[in-house]
Amino acid sequence: MADTVVGENPDPHAAGEDPNRRDFIHIAAGAAAVGAVGVMAWPFIDQMNPSADTLALASVEFDLSKVALGQQVTIKWRGKPLFIRKRTDKEIAAAVADDTASMPDPQADEARHKPGKAEWMILIGACTHLGCVPTFAGGDYGGWFCPCHGSHYDTSGRIRRGPAPTNLPVPDYEFLSDTKVKVG
Amino acid sequence: MSGHSTYEPKTGFERWLDTRLPIVRLGWDSIVDYPTPKNLNYWWTFGGILAVCLVIQIATGIVLAMHYVPHVDYAFSSVERIMRDVNYGWLVRYMHSNGASMFFIAVYIHMFRGLYYGSYKAPREVLWILGFIIYLLMMATAFMGYVLPWGQMSFHGAVVITNLFGALPLVGEAITTWLWGGFAVDNATLNRFFSLHFLLPFMIAGVVGLHIWALHVPGNNNPIGVNVKSKADTVPFHPYYTVKDGFAIVLFLILFATFLFFNPNALGHPDNYIPANPLVTPAHIVPEWYFLPFYAILRAVPDKLGGVLLMFGAIAVLFVLPWLDTSKVRSMRYRPTGKLYFLIFALACIVLGYCGGQLPDDKVIPGLSTFILIDADLNSFVWLSRLATLYYFAYFLVVLPILGLTETPTAQPESISTPVLSHPAGLPAGAVAAPEKKG
Repeated sequence: MADTVVGENPDPHAAGEDPNRRDFIHIAAGAAAVGAVGVMAWPFIDQMNPSADTLALASVEFDLSKVALGQQVTIKWRGKPLFIRKRTDKEIAAAVADDTASMPDPQADEARHKPGKAEWMILIGACTHLGCVPTFAGGDYGGWFCPCHGSHYDTSGRIRRGPAPTNLPVPDYEFLSDTKVKVG
Repeated sequence: MSGHSTYEPKTGFERWLDTRLPIVRLGWDSIVDYPTPKNLNYWWTFGGILAVCLVIQIATGIVLAMHYVPHVDYAFSSVERIMRDVNYGWLVRYMHSNGASMFFIAVYIHMFRGLYYGSYKAPREVLWILGFIIYLLMMATAFMGYVLPWGQMSFHGAVVITNLFGALPLVGEAITTWLWGGFAVDNATLNRFFSLHFLLPFMIAGVVGLHIWALHVPGNNNPIGVNVKSKADTVPFHPYYTVKDGFAIVLFLILFATFLFFNPNALGHPDNYIPANPLVTPAHIVPEWYFLPFYAILRAVPDKLGGVLLMFGAIAVLFVLPWLDTSKVRSMRYRPTGKLYFLIFALACIVLGYCGGQLPDDKVIPGLSTFILIDADLNSFVWLSRLATLYYFAYFLVVLPILGLTETPTAQPESISTPVLSHPAGLPAGAVAAPEKKG
């Protein structure tokens, strides 16, 4: 038997052969293992995302009569500060006058408050740069100033100067009455 | 671990163990008989000092975790309880917080030593890269540890750093939400940071094991950067460097104790003794001192994504340094021009650290009025940061690649022993030519 060669290449593992059944089993088993690890990895990654109770966030209602003209009240909404500012006529005029000025994220003042409610500026109070809370009435434009990295916002909450890329975001809100607002 | 093992089991038990688990042999070859260049100076003692730092941080950290409560309502007060009520809690916590600063002092000296003496060059590239993996793990650990006391700086530091990832296009917001486990830094964030802060030091210990392994294959670099040529160039690690490292560790612990017992809050920030308030950011938010150079680079760029990329790039560039430096000469001792550029680089790092602690728009030279360049006064910390940032990157990307090809290094000694043996005045009285033979 030792001298007998049957067929051209009796060794099923010889190099250069087409994939045989054993190669198929190797690849299939490897793919199944990789797939299984991938499937099991997802729960361990996704567990870090917001949980159901965090997602089930209630909206907040706020009594606007607490805010005097020219003042701002900060409340917490979704873990972040929410600015509710009652702007003076002068502050509104300054914001409207700047509508045509050049700014990184151009937006008209009118688009940032509810129609006919120009005095109420309701914004998420987290700097769009790295999330610090801008200080009231600070900076070169009289709106807000972020102490962390020097972003200047105007009285409409629009970014005018500094590293922040976008304007302070306006959350979804509605007026339930003249003195009551519901955010979220 | 490299070369032939000289370990000889002396007792029957050692022989029995050696054929089953040669752990005594490993220890013998690694820290007793390990051949070490005989010209290592005190800059080489920081490896041992860092090992001590890691042990101190893990030991004190385990104790703190026995008393700390990772919940937004209790974290701050549980840390205060450790400081006031737990027996010796003040000592253990101050050791841990100052220990972190000591760890970074030592690691920065260790890194600059490697930069100066060319310890990153072949065949030590993997050793160098493992070192920077340790450094990245240290930064992550230190950052998450700083969040745990849940003071004002803890909270807003966490907000700023996690928001860095929000600068990434498309996936940024999803990543920050994932990191937070909510829509803001909150209890979920604090919990996971505590878990990871506990885990990472053990990962550091694991990579330190690899780092030492990668060190013991080619052996130590040395101040002249010339390879070990013969046994005459080396001494056994024990007792020569166990004693030298031990002496340096004692000096280092004196410095540590000075901070610990006489000014334990010198390196911290008073605002972190105010409980976290998500609605108010401190007027002047700064990271811990060891992150200030990177913070200055972040603030030097007026664009959010650009700043974040440049800050991470400042560390990424060090990973490829072994392939950026084209000079065949390891030690800066024989690179007179390179040495000059290196000193300016060290200065630029210190300047960046200083700028990181200042307000960007403040004047560098008080009272001097200059002009507005692009977006800020030329005489401001933001412009000083920009200049230093420019030099930081130019050093790696321009100076080291080009200088290695153009400079003329001074003559290097033949071997480690040559400069000693060919000393014009001969051997100093009482010196022994082969000290390793005597002990």
